[in-house]
Amino acid sequence: MTTNDIINPANLVYAKAPIMNDVPMHYCPGCSHGVVHKLIAEIIGDMDMQEKTIAIAPVGCGVFAYKYLDVDWQQAAHGRAPAVATAAKRLLPDRLVFTYQGDGDLAAIGTAETIHACNRGENIAIIFINNGIYGMTGGQMAPTTLGGMKSSTSPNGRTVPLNGHPLDITKLLAQLDGTCYVTRQAVHTIAAVRKTKKAIQKAFENSMAGKGTSIVEVVSTCSSGWKMTPEASNDWMVENMFPAYPLGDLKNE
Amino acid sequence: MSESKKHNTEEVRLMKGNEAIAHAAIRCGCDGYFGYPITPQSEIMETMMELEPWNTTGMVVLQAESETSSINMVYGAAGCGKKSMTSSSSPGVSLMQEGISYIAAGELPCLIVNVMRGGPGLGTIQPSQADYFQAVKGGGHGDYKLITLAPASVQEMADHTVLAFELAFKYRTPAMILADGIIGQMMEKVVLPPFQPRMTEAEIAEKCPWATLGKPAWRKPNIITTLSLDAHEMEETNIRLQAKYREIENNEVLYEEFLCDDAEYLVIGFGTCARVSQKAVEMCRAEGIKVGLLRPITLFPFPTVAISKHADKVKSMLTVEMSAGQMVEDVRLAVNGRVPVEFYGRMGGVVPSPDEVYEVLKSKLVNK
Amino acid sequence: MAKIKGAVVVNTERCKGCNLCVVACPAEVLILNKEANSKGYNFSTMANPDDCVGCAACAYVCPDACITVYKVRV
Repeated sequence: MTTNDIINPANLVYAKAPIMNDVPMHYCPGCSHGVVHKLIAEIIGDMDMQEKTIAIAPVGCGVFAYKYLDVDWQQAAHGRAPAVATAAKRLLPDRLVFTYQGDGDLAAIGTAETIHACNRGENIAIIFINNGIYGMTGGQMAPTTLGGMKSSTSPNGRTVPLNGHPLDITKLLAQLDGTCYVTRQAVHTIAAVRKTKKAIQKAFENSMAGKGTSIVEVVSTCSSGWKMTPEASNDWMVENMFPAYPLGDLKNE
Repeated sequence: MSESKKHNTEEVRLMKGNEAIAHAAIRCGCDGYFGYPITPQSEIMETMMELEPWNTTGMVVLQAESETSSINMVYGAAGCGKKSMTSSSSPGVSLMQEGISYIAAGELPCLIVNVMRGGPGLGTIQPSQADYFQAVKGGGHGDYKLITLAPASVQEMADHTVLAFELAFKYRTPAMILADGIIGQMMEKVVLPPFQPRMTEAEIAEKCPWATLGKPAWRKPNIITTLSLDAHEMEETNIRLQAKYREIENNEVLYEEFLCDDAEYLVIGFGTCARVSQKAVEMCRAEGIKVGLLRPITLFPFPTVAISKHADKVKSMLTVEMSAGQMVEDVRLAVNGRVPVEFYGRMGGVVPSPDEVYEVLKSKLVNK
Repeated sequence: MAKIKGAVVVNTERCKGCNLCVVACPAEVLILNKEANSKGYNFSTMANPDDCVGCAACAYVCPDACITVYKVRV
């Protein structure tokens, strides 16, 4: 049997989800954002929620998420996605409302919006891409940048006296009574991708069931910001990011 | 009177201007209020929480963690085609400017109420009009305008709430009620508007085809965004916005004249200053001095044409403001040097008295 | 004994040559092509198609959704 014989719709095992459109993504080669976008597209399709989805895009690399997934989007001001999502979900409670945010958006400028939306237990899902750096603006230090990690605004490495400690905001959010599901995942291997898909699906289901706020942090890479190949970025993430941001459920109620 | 009949008729009540806004918003089918407490306007949210409209009309009322958050909640609600509003006072409205710029750029309809207090900084809790520039010139970053209504009575607080939503949806642009602490705090008789049902989702989908209600199979995704990487594309957006503002200027100017027909001198003031000035005008008239009063009701669009016409008839003009002199610049632009335009103002929360305005009228205009 | 045979199709214009699929493939089927696509990326391609078992590991980790996977039991 030749390769051409195998390539037949009857034998299909994996293809781009229909909700992800054909617009090429602007992300750098190897960027974790694309994998998470794919998963969201797959889950919305699996849950048959395309007509009921209102997605909230951030400021940062994820700002153009609205170009890639064929659902209704609102692009929020920097850090304000949880406030925008709060209103959308409160006014349209039968919709699937989720935010898609990076570490600068969620854990720096939008800390108040994030914490208070979670504390109110808004029935939204928050997808949190944590790559420890500001990608869009050119690799500046983020609240989640690791100690000693170099960035364009910590060129000699982050130090506690100058910059304070890396912020484990997900751990903080797990303490809040409004959150029902707080988990930290990654997308660097097939197993990790499958787990993240399950986590996002659970977060979406929780929001539709009115259980409170769900947060799925995806520890991610930024090969451009980290100045490494995508492959080396994955290795660096496993070696350095995972000890600081260990994978697994922080809360599952 | 039966409950349903009561809901469909106008109702005369005695209340504060802030309370009138809350009642009028619920009655005109507002879907969502998002706010943060600040004096002198906290009664707006307090009244809504007391009235619990979520049990009657289904309106959402939510106390946010900051003005930043409340204006972005308004963005989220307005993006879904919902009638949404917030209210605050000067320092809080400063904090909202980012969100207001996004709402204007996203061409979303909403109502923002600013019950002004003395500034700058934390300032005072007493009435002021020093946010005129912020309201009518944009306020946040970029070229945009807010439809700005300036109520001068509790009745207008109610009426302007209804009108602001109408204009906001007509032009897909944020509208502001720019009141001062007196108009917010004082009690007067008010005829509340009749109840209108909130828009159904089908009505929103029809009237606001851009709204993010969820993408049915037959249409493309609706995307509310204010970002463009292409300068020429962004210029097109600006050209569209500016054309809209010109249309608003052509269609929506509102003002009121008092004894202007034979006036030799003209006083211009809005909100509380119009009421104070009216008294001063009456004092002058009692002495046979022909003074008239023009009260702008819309500050954007500004009654430029009406003021310009008066410039051909009167000897001089005076603007009275609770600021260091802000609206006076727009009056001088309208007059374009044809007659002197004097200014009298008090700042920081001090309200001018009719006697003061009367004295200024005589010294700066009549006896000059 | 039943044997599983797979095949992948890469959307070569969408591929950015990040190499993550090459690393993810347990059977070393994929390599980056020597020639680049119109955007200058050395896109992923099957070098050893006979070894593909259609596990889709490559497609799962692909950030650009440019890999379609097929498999048959022979």
